[in-house]
Amino acid sequence: MITSFLIKSLDRTIVIAVATLLALAILVPALNLLTAPDHPLHVPTYLVSLFGKYLTYALLALALDLVWGFCGILSLGHAAFFALGGYAMGMYLMRQIGARGSYGNPLLPDFMVFLNWKELPWFWYGFDMFWFAALMVVLVPGLIAFVFGWFAFRSRVNGVYLSIITQAMTYALLLAFFRNDMGFGGNNGLTDFKDILGFNIQADGTRAALFAASALALAVFLVITSGIVRSKFGKVLVALRDAESRTRFLGYRVEHMKLFAFTVSAMMAGIAGALYVPQVGIINPGEFEPGNSIEVVIWTAVGGRGTLIGPIIGAILVNGGKSIFTAAFPEFWLFALGGLFVLVTLFLPKGVVGTAQQHVSRRRAYREARGDKDAGLPAAEPMAAE
Amino acid sequence: MYRILQTVLVALFLFTAVPSGLRAEEALRDLVNALGEAKLSDMDEHIAALAKTGDPKVVAILEALGEGNLYARKADGQVFLTKESGSSLSLTDPVSGEAAGEAPKAALSKVKVNNGVRRAVRTALGSLTLLSPDRNARLKAAQSVLQSPNAEALGAIENALAGEKDGEVRTLLEQARATTLLISERPVEEKREAVRTLKERGGRGALSILSSALGSADETLKPDIEAALASIEQDQALWAAAQNVWYGLSLGSVLLLAAIGLAITFGVMGIINMAHGEMVMLGAYTTFLVQEVLRSSFPGLFDWSLAIALPLAFLVTGAVGLAMERGVIRFLYGRPLETLLATWGISLILQQSVRTIFGPTNREVGNPSWMSGAFELGGLTITWNRLWIILFALAVFAALMFLLRKTPMGLQMRAVTQNRRMASSMGIRTPWVDALTFALGSGIAGMAGVALSQIDNVSPNLGQGYIIDSFMVVVFGGVGNLWGTLVGAFSLGILNKFLEPYAGAVLGKILVLVLIILFIQKRPRGLFALKGRAVEA
Repeated sequence: MITSFLIKSLDRTIVIAVATLLALAILVPALNLLTAPDHPLHVPTYLVSLFGKYLTYALLALALDLVWGFCGILSLGHAAFFALGGYAMGMYLMRQIGARGSYGNPLLPDFMVFLNWKELPWFWYGFDMFWFAALMVVLVPGLIAFVFGWFAFRSRVNGVYLSIITQAMTYALLLAFFRNDMGFGGNNGLTDFKDILGFNIQADGTRAALFAASALALAVFLVITSGIVRSKFGKVLVALRDAESRTRFLGYRVEHMKLFAFTVSAMMAGIAGALYVPQVGIINPGEFEPGNSIEVVIWTAVGGRGTLIGPIIGAILVNGGKSIFTAAFPEFWLFALGGLFVLVTLFLPKGVVGTAQQHVSRRRAYREARGDKDAGLPAAEPMAAE
Repeated sequence: MYRILQTVLVALFLFTAVPSGLRAEEALRDLVNALGEAKLSDMDEHIAALAKTGDPKVVAILEALGEGNLYARKADGQVFLTKESGSSLSLTDPVSGEAAGEAPKAALSKVKVNNGVRRAVRTALGSLTLLSPDRNARLKAAQSVLQSPNAEALGAIENALAGEKDGEVRTLLEQARATTLLISERPVEEKREAVRTLKERGGRGALSILSSALGSADETLKPDIEAALASIEQDQALWAAAQNVWYGLSLGSVLLLAAIGLAITFGVMGIINMAHGEMVMLGAYTTFLVQEVLRSSFPGLFDWSLAIALPLAFLVTGAVGLAMERGVIRFLYGRPLETLLATWGISLILQQSVRTIFGPTNREVGNPSWMSGAFELGGLTITWNRLWIILFALAVFAALMFLLRKTPMGLQMRAVTQNRRMASSMGIRTPWVDALTFALGSGIAGMAGVALSQIDNVSPNLGQGYIIDSFMVVVFGGVGNLWGTLVGAFSLGILNKFLEPYAGAVLGKILVLVLIILFIQKRPRGLFALKGRAVEA
């Protein structure tokens, strides 16, 4: 069953994308570690970290695409799941600092010593073990998404209302994590990490490995999501996206399916966050900003929602543009980003990849005349919710 | 004849008044100089003697004594009021009030003070000013005696009470007497009377006096005190609740102002306008610009600045809204999620434009004189700006209601939202109605910005803080229903303020958000849902 799931998931674009990611996962670390700094093909470490960061963003955008592109749930709170995963990883990294913090307390992280806390809060127990932290990276966002989705989908909150309450959710989390007494470092967040799994987090080798891990994770989840959307279940997801009531009347448990997609997507976002934190070296409540979640939506929209590889391309394009823009004309980045939002929704509603696919399939349809075979992805034409 | 009489009268006056004045001054000087030589143990008597003169100058002398600023000159035993000036002291004659040069510290000896003396000084001062001919001074003295009651001053208070005519000072004095009575050695009956007076007075002060008196009180008096305490506490709780309601109304009016424009664009038209907060911000910046122009060119008109800014802000943000609708939003009707993204993009552009033009820092917007200050209403403190904002929010609401219900434009708007195609076939130009409705919603947001500039920081991020709250209000109240927005805003405001004392400001806000999220699960269409068949809505 699993093999058929995997075989179904692999169409040409996905194979190419996965192969590219795997090649990158080997090539970039190799070029970084094995070549001399003055070698023309050398990849400097900062670039490795930067692109590693983009890959985690791409995974986040992929997670959003699963719910938005295939299920019609526009979540404006996906960065919250990303940040929760990041916090779980950050807590592990904080515990790894041990007695090397500036207060030298072997048990308590610096900010707790600073706040005069005497013992570790219960929710920090277990985070000194990697397997536990890794479990939490998936479980915490998954659980919150499950509970949230359980309530929301069961009472048939959908469309814009759902978007707004997901935004309220991330806003509430933002406010909560800003509080010092929450025990997550208040507005400074968690930072000053030293080790991950015993390796120095600043070392070139660790950074290269994190890059490879990000590329690998992205490849794995690309295959998984592709499998999901290509399965029978995925077809029903698309159906409920396009005509929810009709799907419900046909006898499908619409809210269960949405809940499943939403929870899986939140877990993916959590993993992306966990890979993000060691590469940037900090996690703070700013990650919960509602604006961040909306930015994820624009990456997905630019790349093309409902296309799986579109969000990956979109995330890398937009963030690459952001890095270049903020360095060259910091004043104009927000103009560019704002303009992107407007222009993409007006003129490129299917995104870069979606438009290209449409173009290709139209030409193929033209060539093969009528009654042709499967052309590209199924229905990259999400109907509006209203 | 007249002139002669006048001269005689003046002469007579001089003959009698001056010598007696001079004599009094001499006596006072003797008393003051005696302070310099007095032992600490005799100090009380000297102070009492000074106080007995009833001379207003004694107040300054006693105050100086209490603060340790009274020095005696070693050479001749003269006592002076002093003030530190560098290494030496500048002297002032205590009786004439004239400056008497400077002297090095070595040439002077300080009049000794200890806590006993200070207490005597305070008591004397209290009773002295209680008898002062100046009403305001008496009022102040009565207040200070009331705030720091002292059993020794009881006599002075009763003395003053006997001669007091002014009503306000009298009530204060009566309360002060009751307060001091409780800590004195008077019989129980009098104390019971005092408890009753305190109970009527209420307030935190009475509460602390009574509860401290409770411990040392007579067994027969205890039930009375306990009853009084309970009644005062109940009063206090009521006032605290009232104050919370007031804060809640105030917050609710802010929410209402921020949300009311959204209730039009989102509620009536169904457009998710994420740039709504930026419309509020533009309104606030319009106020800033108006005030700048008035400050530099017509400073006399400053009090009118808000009245001038209101229509301007309406026009500016209305025009921006019109441009948005015609330029972007009209291509996205029927695609609410895309509208959300596009308007978010517009909000980023507007924010950055304002940041580029006006800078990222807060801009100063002044309060006109009629909006600053506060007044007391029972146990409530009400600030004028909050009161005006509540009134303004209600006025905007009423005007909008009128516009929607009673004018042809409102009729067309309602027709288009209810049945677009039917309205269109009746000859209503629906695209224009859409554009005008959106402009109206935006313009109202701009007017809200004028009001909010009075209580919030005017910065490019101003709008960001309101956008989520506004959506919450509209969704909570029920989309498409202005009354729902009104009720939603005020109930959320009050709920927030009632949660704050228990949960803290931030946690309270989080709780409210969680409650709204849960509420939407229960009633996905808000408090006042529009009825209708909406399966695939």
